Amino acid sequence: MKIKIALTWLIIMGIWVIIGPWLSSQQPEFIHWDAMAQAPNSQFWFGTDVMGRDLYVRTLLGGRLSLLVALVATCMSLLIGVSYGLVSGYLGGRIDRLMMRFLDVLYALPFLFLVILLLVFFGQHMILLFVAIGGYIWLDTARIVRGQTLVLKKQAYVEAAQAMGQSTGRILTMHLLPNLRGVVIIYATLTIPQVILIESFISFLGLGVQEPNTSWGTLVSEGVDNLQTAPWSLWIPGAFLSLTLMAFNLLGDGLRDYWDPHQLRSR
Amino acid sequence: MIRLLWQRLLWAIPVLWLVLTITFVLLRVAPGGPFDSERQLTAEAAAQIAAKYQLDQPVITQYGHYLGQVLRGDLGPSFQYPDQTVNELIAYGLPISATLGIWALLSALLVGLPLGALAAKRADKPTDLLIGLSAVFGISVPNFVIGPVLILALAVYWPLLPVGGWNGGQATHLVLPVMTLALPFIAYITRLFRGALLEELQKPYITTARAKGCSELRILWGHAFKPSMLPVVSFLGPASVGLITGSVVVEQIFGLPGMGRYFVQGALNRDYTLVLGVVLVVALLMLIMNTVADLLYRLLDPRAGDDKP
Repeated sequence: MKIKIALTWLIIMGIWVIIGPWLSSQQPEFIHWDAMAQAPNSQFWFGTDVMGRDLYVRTLLGGRLSLLVALVATCMSLLIGVSYGLVSGYLGGRIDRLMMRFLDVLYALPFLFLVILLLVFFGQHMILLFVAIGGYIWLDTARIVRGQTLVLKKQAYVEAAQAMGQSTGRILTMHLLPNLRGVVIIYATLTIPQVILIESFISFLGLGVQEPNTSWGTLVSEGVDNLQTAPWSLWIPGAFLSLTLMAFNLLGDGLRDYWDPHQLRSR
Repeated sequence: MIRLLWQRLLWAIPVLWLVLTITFVLLRVAPGGPFDSERQLTAEAAAQIAAKYQLDQPVITQYGHYLGQVLRGDLGPSFQYPDQTVNELIAYGLPISATLGIWALLSALLVGLPLGALAAKRADKPTDLLIGLSAVFGISVPNFVIGPVLILALAVYWPLLPVGGWNGGQATHLVLPVMTLALPFIAYITRLFRGALLEELQKPYITTARAKGCSELRILWGHAFKPSMLPVVSFLGPASVGLITGSVVVEQIFGLPGMGRYFVQGALNRDYTLVLGVVLVVALLMLIMNTVADLLYRLLDPRAGDDKP
């Protein structure tokens, strides 16, 4: 049920964000001097902002960017987190302890503050944004994957593979990785909303996505500045952002219930 | 207990040093200096200012000097607020951020725990589903959306509370920021407590207590409460990080002169000492909160070993 509702919204949103901007004849950066801060109407479906730009197209383009950042950063976090957790958990012993200590150090750093510094100082390149968020969000994935690997590596089929003299690399990729997919998919769906949240948080502070590009965080921040003259410029991007985050969280919850019945009760 | 504190203290020193060094390097590698934006200075004046803040010396000397200063508890003079030291600025901003954080945490516990208990008692009934859905809502809606919506609802359309500002920490000025900050934590605590309670209520000793005629209320708060608090307590560590970053946004939205505002402005102005000072204080706060959470965990569950990180 949860999964169905969430997936429906996400699919609609995904398609809308991709083809939606072409449905309207408006341009994202064109300034309508005669139509500033207009409430939603038949010409401007979501109204215009205080600068006279069409909000329908801007919201959808902002969504494209927010989702793109989320997907890229999540992939990065999975790549680093899964391989780190897998290696640490499988090798065990001193290497495992060392790798976990390193994670502890990273956990203790005020990361978001460092990300902000990075973006302020080295300009707001999109790639920097990906790297900064992706490089911060993988910590949880690594921990969870390590925990799962510790359990899995004691299973009979792993011992059998070891006894047959298969190489470590083969055991990791052919035996352990496929059995981790459930956990990885669940945490990927829970990582995406976190990334969107961080991206929009940074953009809200004015440090993320820059003009002429826009993202939901940037739009919300503009909406907040014009709360009284154009409240819809807060409501609409805010609603898109919140509904999408909710859908991803619901999806993650649903998948967890589905894949991991033991945990059903504990969340 | 004592051993844990010692361990934590020893752990804190390298972590703080690392934070300081990373931030210092970031600041110095970054293009732009603290006085670039000011009107054109004559060469002598620029040299004089640089000398005053020791910017004319090699970076490694500056680093050594700063490290020594910090060890003596002095975070140095601010570059952008000429007559104030960073210590003074933080002493002014920290209590404001701390007030917000403490009230938010308290209200999250006071609202989240009863809600979680209610949901667990009515598991899979409409009440539970409603609470569960509200919790997903609370976790999902970002605080920079909730804050402005609350302003619009409770300060603009229905003028009950002030739109923003600190005003000496008057209670009415605190309500909206604290609500905004607390909402996601209420949601998290509700979910965690509900889940833990449900698991706990299925254990045999609860059945025994029921069989002996213990009242449901007593079972809930007398027996099941303490073990069910464990996940909530271990959430307090990450929660403190969330509170600190959350308050950056909340201070921005409500125009509060807390530490978060100093940080963002300091970074934009290349105010080296101020940024370093705030990052150090934040890292220290994170370490303290994590230690407190671990100590509480140890108190609730003496079985937890000393070597748990």
